[in-house]
Amino acid sequence: MTYFDDSNLATAREIISRYPRPKSALIPLLHLAQEQDGWVTDDAMRQIAELTGTTPAEVKGTGSFYEMFKFHPVGTYVVNVCTNIACQLLGAEDLLAHAEATLGVKAGGTTADGMFTLEDVECIAACTEAPCLQVNYRYRLRVSDADFDALIDDLRHGRADDVPEHGTLALVRQHIPADTGAGIVAPEDAREAPVWLARNAKADDAGGES
Amino acid sequence: MPTHAYVPHAPGYVDNDGPKIVTARFPHEDSFTIGRAEATGAYLGLKAALDRRPSEVHDEVRNATLLGRGGAGFPAGVKWGFMPPGKYPYYLVVNGDESEPGTYKDRLLMERDPHQLIEGCLIACYALGLQQCFLYVRGEMALAQEHIAMALNDAYAKGYVGKNILGTDFSVDIVLTWGAGAYIVGEETALIESLEGNRGMPRLKPPYFPAAIGLYGQPTIVNNVETLSNLPWLMRNGADQYKTYGSDDSPGTRMFAVSGHVRRPGVYEVEQGVTTFRELLYGDNFCQGIRDGHELKMFVPGGGSAPWFFEEQLDLPLEARPVGAAGSMLGSGAIVVMDETTDAVKAALRLVRFYARESCGKCTPCREGTTWEERILQRILDGEGRPSDIDLLLDIADNISPGPYPVAADPDRSLEAIPFPPKQTTICPLGPSSVAPITSTIRRFRHEYEAKITKRDSIPVASAPVVAETVAEEVIA
Repeated sequence: MTYFDDSNLATAREIISRYPRPKSALIPLLHLAQEQDGWVTDDAMRQIAELTGTTPAEVKGTGSFYEMFKFHPVGTYVVNVCTNIACQLLGAEDLLAHAEATLGVKAGGTTADGMFTLEDVECIAACTEAPCLQVNYRYRLRVSDADFDALIDDLRHGRADDVPEHGTLALVRQHIPADTGAGIVAPEDAREAPVWLARNAKADDAGGES
Repeated sequence: MPTHAYVPHAPGYVDNDGPKIVTARFPHEDSFTIGRAEATGAYLGLKAALDRRPSEVHDEVRNATLLGRGGAGFPAGVKWGFMPPGKYPYYLVVNGDESEPGTYKDRLLMERDPHQLIEGCLIACYALGLQQCFLYVRGEMALAQEHIAMALNDAYAKGYVGKNILGTDFSVDIVLTWGAGAYIVGEETALIESLEGNRGMPRLKPPYFPAAIGLYGQPTIVNNVETLSNLPWLMRNGADQYKTYGSDDSPGTRMFAVSGHVRRPGVYEVEQGVTTFRELLYGDNFCQGIRDGHELKMFVPGGGSAPWFFEEQLDLPLEARPVGAAGSMLGSGAIVVMDETTDAVKAALRLVRFYARESCGKCTPCREGTTWEERILQRILDGEGRPSDIDLLLDIADNISPGPYPVAADPDRSLEAIPFPPKQTTICPLGPSSVAPITSTIRRFRHEYEAKITKRDSIPVASAPVVAETVAEEVIA
């Protein structure tokens, strides 16, 4: 099964190489698939299963537990309006109603042009800046109705530089260089104490401390 | 308009005059870069640790009584001592899956000072012989993931992380990993499940205490981001200096996010134990009181899972033990303030709805109970409630969390506080957390519930032989 493009396949293998068990890479690889297409396709899950030594059913079983993974196409921009307690106290429900009216879809829906998906989400950890939202996981704080309209206008006209297309999270990836990495430590490979703990024992021999 | 003396590049963070243990770099706009970090003492704590024996580093943390900042408040040094000797390898898992309603301090620590967190991880790994570290960041926090990835790449290039750190025999990899939207993964055993590539469902404790049987079945330390972020300062300055801040039981500082109806909401670094809720909510250095023309009705003292407090609890110190005795918890350091315009039933419903949505579904009392709670509260709010609904809510609550539920005292009605924590019929505390807003509001604002209830029970309560059963059948139907 080929789903990932060459560059993403190399990234996928690099991610897997950091874990003692390939299955641990399952969630990061689902994110990578979502980055490639904006949502998680069946082919993506088949290849992730091959790469991680699992079955497509296991991949879907795990993935469907997590809200960020979309198993059907969504808008280029996913707009998540927080309505949890701190935001609710400062007008989040009105903001969501305004968003629904502006975009012409109910929360959970996608606009006909495929540009926007609107979601009513739980706390996104910006409670002092209520009401707040995320668009493709980039924050907008203390959002008024006018701010919301301006944001939508900017997104429609490609003027929101800090917002990548849906699926892309961090713009920087971790790389562990082969020559300076310590390497993975699997349960079956490391039955002895790490070498630096021997410093405790040496000092005990010398000083008699416990 | 309130003035917001925020640090513009760290929205939400308010720089007050108190001691700074974990937020010292925040005022710098480039606080997350390796250049700024090194210029302001980053990795000196690691060097101080490496000059000492691992067991001495552990002793320093134990002596400092560094309390876990994730919610449970357990001393980190004691938790570190629970790993069975000799069952190598040991792992470190960093809990950066902050999603408790009202809480955000870990996000700021990860976005604004990733090097401090990385240094903290290294100190813990050195002290305990942890051989690989997994830094699990909440999926929605894209900027935190980005800054940590950048910081790790720089730290590897400088020889702070990886093989033979700073030329010593100490070697460990820190692997950045990230979630995908599930509140329950903040529970430590659920986080381990997620890290193993599974649905994030909590494991039963015992036997699955992570320190005994954790990641891949090996002894694992799971520590919160803020807890680990304290370690570099602690190694540079020592436990004695650390204990000059805060109280004897709760030394040091803590980050509190205060949101809702206050003049200056914000994230503050506050001395624990010696500062009171009143100072934090009303002090000039802090939130400066309730918004103009309004007064306090109630507040959530420690994240969405904490039973609610009122005017009478304002003079309690920000310290685990007195807050627990008064019927709630400091939890994750999130205070949500509500003024008299707040509808108690509506506010309770919003939190209950959160728990109903986020229940992982493993334990029946929580999976079914939270959904029932949500539906009953919703119908009360919609004017479809029945008089027996209040007792029904309490009955469902009792099935999730049997016995008297922790609540604050109510002097007007001579009701004593019932101390935290609650009992639970579930594996993890998510289910009992859904009970907190219900019991807090029914006990205090029963009249608000009653005022919304306009329907009659279809069988008059007086003539029904067994009220509870009758009502239960109705709800199922």
